[in-house]
Amino acid sequence: MIEFRNVTKRYGAVTVLDDVSFTIKSGEFVVVIGPSGCGKTTTLRTINRLIEPKPGTVFIDGKDVTLQSGVELRRSIGYVIQQIGLFPNMTVEENIAVVPKLLKYPPEECRTIVHDLLALVNMPWDEYAHKYPNQLSGGQQQRIGVLRALAASPPIVLMDEPFGALDPVTREGLQEEVKRIQKKLKKTIVFVTHDMDEALRLADTIIFMDKGKILQMASPEEMLHKPADTLIKNFLGRHIEEETPSAPKRAEEFMKKRVYTVNENVKTLQSIERMRKREVNSLVVIDDEERYLGTVSIEEIKRRGKAGRAVSEYLNTDTLTVNRNSDAKEALDKLLASTENYVIVLNDDRSVAGIITRTSTAKALGEALWGEIEA
Amino acid sequence: MTELLHAMAEHLVIVTLSMAVASLIGVALGVLSYWWHRAGVVIIALAEIIQTIPSLALLALLMIIFGLGDVTLAVALILYAQLPIIRNTTTALNELDSHIIDAARGMGMSRAQRLLKVEIPLSIPMIFGGIKVALVNSLSIAVMGVLIGSGGLGYIVYRGIQQRNMGRILLGAIPVVCIALLFDYLMGKVEVRLSKHTS
Amino acid sequence: MNLTTLFLANWPAIARSLATHIMLVVVSVGLGTITAIPLGIVLTRHRRFAPAVLAVAGMIQTIPGLVMLGFALVLLGIGTVPALAVLTIYSILPILQNTYTGISEVSPAYTDAAKGIGMTAMQVLFKVELPLARETIISGIRISTVYIVSWATLAGMIGAGGMGDWIWTGLATYNTGYILIGAIPSALLAFAFSAALGGLQRLLTPRGLRRQP
Repeated sequence: MIEFRNVTKRYGAVTVLDDVSFTIKSGEFVVVIGPSGCGKTTTLRTINRLIEPKPGTVFIDGKDVTLQSGVELRRSIGYVIQQIGLFPNMTVEENIAVVPKLLKYPPEECRTIVHDLLALVNMPWDEYAHKYPNQLSGGQQQRIGVLRALAASPPIVLMDEPFGALDPVTREGLQEEVKRIQKKLKKTIVFVTHDMDEALRLADTIIFMDKGKILQMASPEEMLHKPADTLIKNFLGRHIEEETPSAPKRAEEFMKKRVYTVNENVKTLQSIERMRKREVNSLVVIDDEERYLGTVSIEEIKRRGKAGRAVSEYLNTDTLTVNRNSDAKEALDKLLASTENYVIVLNDDRSVAGIITRTSTAKALGEALWGEIEA
Repeated sequence: MTELLHAMAEHLVIVTLSMAVASLIGVALGVLSYWWHRAGVVIIALAEIIQTIPSLALLALLMIIFGLGDVTLAVALILYAQLPIIRNTTTALNELDSHIIDAARGMGMSRAQRLLKVEIPLSIPMIFGGIKVALVNSLSIAVMGVLIGSGGLGYIVYRGIQQRNMGRILLGAIPVVCIALLFDYLMGKVEVRLSKHTS
Repeated sequence: MNLTTLFLANWPAIARSLATHIMLVVVSVGLGTITAIPLGIVLTRHRRFAPAVLAVAGMIQTIPGLVMLGFALVLLGIGTVPALAVLTIYSILPILQNTYTGISEVSPAYTDAAKGIGMTAMQVLFKVELPLARETIISGIRISTVYIVSWATLAGMIGAGGMGDWIWTGLATYNTGYILIGAIPSALLAFAFSAALGGLQRLLTPRGLRRQP
């Protein structure tokens, strides 16, 4: 557990931290974010006393950090920086084992630690242990930087924009890796970034800072739903729109409006004539109030139809129907589950609003993806 | 007093004339090293070797060839000046922005035209910096000219040493150091001004 | 007289001179190194003094060797000690300058990381800063050594011996043989020292810092 109690930091007339108080629970992944100069890095460096918390107190597990020597304290806290800072005069193995060696671990134990940690990030020991930092890619270097911070199994790891200098693809890979390692090893991680994507992806809790103060400390979800400040809203930017659940698509959005109907009293031959003219195989049958009754198909009339009879006698009432305001998914499910080629969309008064066919569905989806489509 | 002024004048004349010659040779060799990289490696290695030879040894060896007098000192100064001048010249030329050279080539300039109209003018500050280093060193080395029969402030210093006369040693030494620092300062200023024009 | 016969007739004396010369160089550069490196480290911890100290050291460097030896002669008299005193003072500047520059140029990323993972100030110095500055510091020692081999030829003037003795005698008597006997070995000595320290520099450069082929 890390607790800040009324921590203030001034450089001359500039106040970098202004009476900051907060608590981080053990095992939490906390991301500190804010515009540059907001005090996020200072906050981080105050935890391991690279900057002295004065006035104010920082407690780790209830113990005032200033009661311990800064050097001892830092050996018990992992530290990763943006510039990576792998020592170029040491091999990968030596770099990872620096802190265990400072802590005078026996050599066999150091070797085991290096082995295990390299395995954790899928960098085979044989291949990488004896390489020098300048023989590694940026992403590999920072992986080793993270491992170095983990080597003495510190319960707390501080990360100061560790992936800021990496390309987006590498960065994403490392983010996943760090998140995975954090969950697996149950570390408390305090992570500074100015990248909201990164914060939302990694954090259990986000601390948003500005001008040396905490504007909001909340889970990513809460921050998205209730940003406490316009600055935070700006930082969240596109995430807010993106995350707002769009209303589910309604059936009417997938239908085509032109439907060929026929009054129930129309005679069979006339209806066949109409189908030929429209080049369709069936018509929607409606009553005098234009309410939906069913459908009539050319096959049905040919099979059983007699001239002079009304189409209502050959009505098929099993045709699928949905309300125009119902979820489109329902209509599509029905369509896919049956052998029918269409679903009739009805208005609330059961008059016919349109028809969803396989073609109209494809067109609507296409338009949703790529805009207006000629068809 | 007249003795001192005379010695100072002599000192300055030998050093500046030597440096004028040294600059011409050094820049030429620097350009050669730039144009022809393989030769450059050899040229710079030779200049480094010369730089390593102890000054008394070099002066004495040159005296065997050139005899007693100013010429021997001048040759020694010219030889010692080569490394800083050559190195700065080639470095400056090699570090020029390749786009500028492309542009010059694209305008149809010949190699000589490129050198004289574009490359050398842009390299002037750094070449000048090399000449400054060489000149300041030379002012100090020239004091030893007295040992091979050349004049200058070294003569006053050496007489002081022979007489165990601190005052006379200082009389020769202080102008040397002051002139060296003055040149260092003034040429440093010029160097800064030149580099403002080219960058 | 033929150079070979001259050499053969005098070789024990030549060997003694060479030994003296080497002694002058090794002792003065050694003393200079153990003075200059700690001083350079202190300067990196108190940067405001650095410009002044380096300027003074630079000014001393512009004083011609002949003048410095003259001072030593007048103030300290004839012999090895005055010569060593002058040579030691001369040897300090390049090493001091390179120690200061070398450590100052160590990227703050490394020292920050070193501090951040819990190294003490001494550990940061010995495990990170000095190894990373080593190449530059040794290059300072090399420059210094080449200078001192040269200035040590002048030490003959104040009775400290060395290869300079032969050159002085040769110049005084216009004897080409003596000049060559003094000048050639002293030049070779300078090359040898330079090459040896160059080799040491490469050898001691941490592998991770060597230029990739």
